[in-house]
Amino acid sequence: MPDLVKIEKLRVEYRSRESQNGFKVAVDGLDLTVGSGEVFGFLGPNGAGKTTTMNVLLGFVSPSSGSASLFGVDVREPIARQRIGYLPELTYYYKFLSAEELLRFYGKIFRIPKGELEKRIDSILKLVELEHARKRLIKTYSKGMQQRAGIAQALINNPDLLILDEPTSGLDPIGRMKVREIIQRLKEEGKTVFFSSHELGEVETVCDRVAILYQGKLQVEGRVDDLVKNYKTNLEQIFLKVIGYQSSQAV
Amino acid sequence: MINNALAVAGIVIKELYRRKDFYVLFVLTALITLLLGCVNFFNDDRIARYLKEICLLLIWISSLIIAVTTTARQIPAERENRTIFPLLAKPLTRGHLVFGKFLGCWFASGLSLVVFYFFFCVVSGAREHQWPLLIYLQALWLHWILLALVVAMVLLGSIMFAAPSSNSTICFIFIVGILLVGRHLHRIAIQLQEPIRTIVSVIYFAIPHLEFYDIREMIVHNLPPISMLACLIATVYAIGYTAFFLIATWLVFRRKSLTA
Ligand SMILES: Nc1ncnc2c1ncn2[C@@H]1O[C@H](COP(=O)(O)OP(=O)(O)OP(=O)(O)O)[C@@H](O)[C@H]1O
Ligand SMILES: [Mg+2]
Repeated sequence: MPDLVKIEKLRVEYRSRESQNGFKVAVDGLDLTVGSGEVFGFLGPNGAGKTTTMNVLLGFVSPSSGSASLFGVDVREPIARQRIGYLPELTYYYKFLSAEELLRFYGKIFRIPKGELEKRIDSILKLVELEHARKRLIKTYSKGMQQRAGIAQALINNPDLLILDEPTSGLDPIGRMKVREIIQRLKEEGKTVFFSSHELGEVETVCDRVAILYQGKLQVEGRVDDLVKNYKTNLEQIFLKVIGYQSSQAV
Repeated sequence: MINNALAVAGIVIKELYRRKDFYVLFVLTALITLLLGCVNFFNDDRIARYLKEICLLLIWISSLIIAVTTTARQIPAERENRTIFPLLAKPLTRGHLVFGKFLGCWFASGLSLVVFYFFFCVVSGAREHQWPLLIYLQALWLHWILLALVVAMVLLGSIMFAAPSSNSTICFIFIVGILLVGRHLHRIAIQLQEPIRTIVSVIYFAIPHLEFYDIREMIVHNLPPISMLACLIATVYAIGYTAFFLIATWLVFRRKSLTA
């Protein structure tokens, strides 16, 4: 299986006034690969460095050292982004556009032919259940609706690799199930999904492999079923154990 | 490149016509132009001229306000609203973004200029019963070309200064300063002591001479059109500065961290 995402010895430092040496290490020596056709869950507590890693993959942040590539192309090349779909963690899309116009705009950037684009917009809006609101301005959307517009936008170019930063945040239980279904469907179509999440139950059901990041360092990485077998407990307990959390009752 | 830039430009223009504050300026100027045109001061040359002067001044102020404030807002708003992340995650480079924003702002200001000059032409034509269309077109063209330079300059400022408001203020002072004293700098230089004299002369040769593009006086006094060659030289001069500012913007923006 060829590696779609390859991260080697990645280190990212942010300038910071709080720490004594003037910088803060957000990601520290991370090695990670995601194979073609895999659904990969990227886990870790708040501030672990998940978003930072994804920012490197998209070329928003340059690594202090180490390297990253998508489809075998260094992430600094814009071509690396032709076949990916990306959902940022917090975003306000252009509020003065409707969902339909937003998708049309992004579709133009991918040079999708007009007829094809309209068809795709129809089917994607149906998929994320925004059909009823497609002509409304995004500023009138609820948070969950905005999140759905974000997911729609990530799918517009029919990408082979999806990088989703907390795709289910802000969604109701039905919305979450829907996202889970979308991910499952993408997997069946042979797509690769790399996503971060705090919903461990959900991750356990949809992911082939997971990695747990803590304070910028990779703690655990492996197939979900292997991990569950080795640790003899569910993902949530593994997660808590790995980050060294002791429940107050246990103490 | 052009495909992406045009897509971005389309969004800029769409935002402009969906925002209310743009209309305020527009309606205001149209209203004042019309009002002035309706006041009955027939057969008085001086008043007719005075009227044209005020209208043109209004057009200049409004067009500069529209160009500077919309341009200053563009890239900072993309960063603040984080819309820049999904955008740059597409096969669109920062260079495309800069160029698209430039085109959008420039087209938008051109559109408003056409409306302004149309009003002006109708109002002054109705009073004076003459239609010197050529010089109006020249004025419109030079004005628009000047706005290209202004938009590119403000775009550079929007990446260098944190807040759009401080960028707008600095650019306004710079533009108005050049328009008012730009042409006199070399004469001022001659009267100064040596080190300062050279500095002022260098400034005189380095700044973009926006005042070349201001032919309001000629319209007010009903002078004949300027030569096409002069127009052409002015155009080339403005394109040079515009390209310089755009490339500088791109170079600075390329290195800029988006997460800071
Ligand atoms: N622009 C920045 N400047 C300075 N420090 C930053 C910046 N962005 C993130 N950090 C720091 O880097 C670390 C990793 O942040 P990151 O956003 O990658 O975490 P995360 O795993 O996505 O967390 P969450 O689950 O809360 O989204 C944090 O300690 C954060 O404070
Ligand atoms: Mg995050």
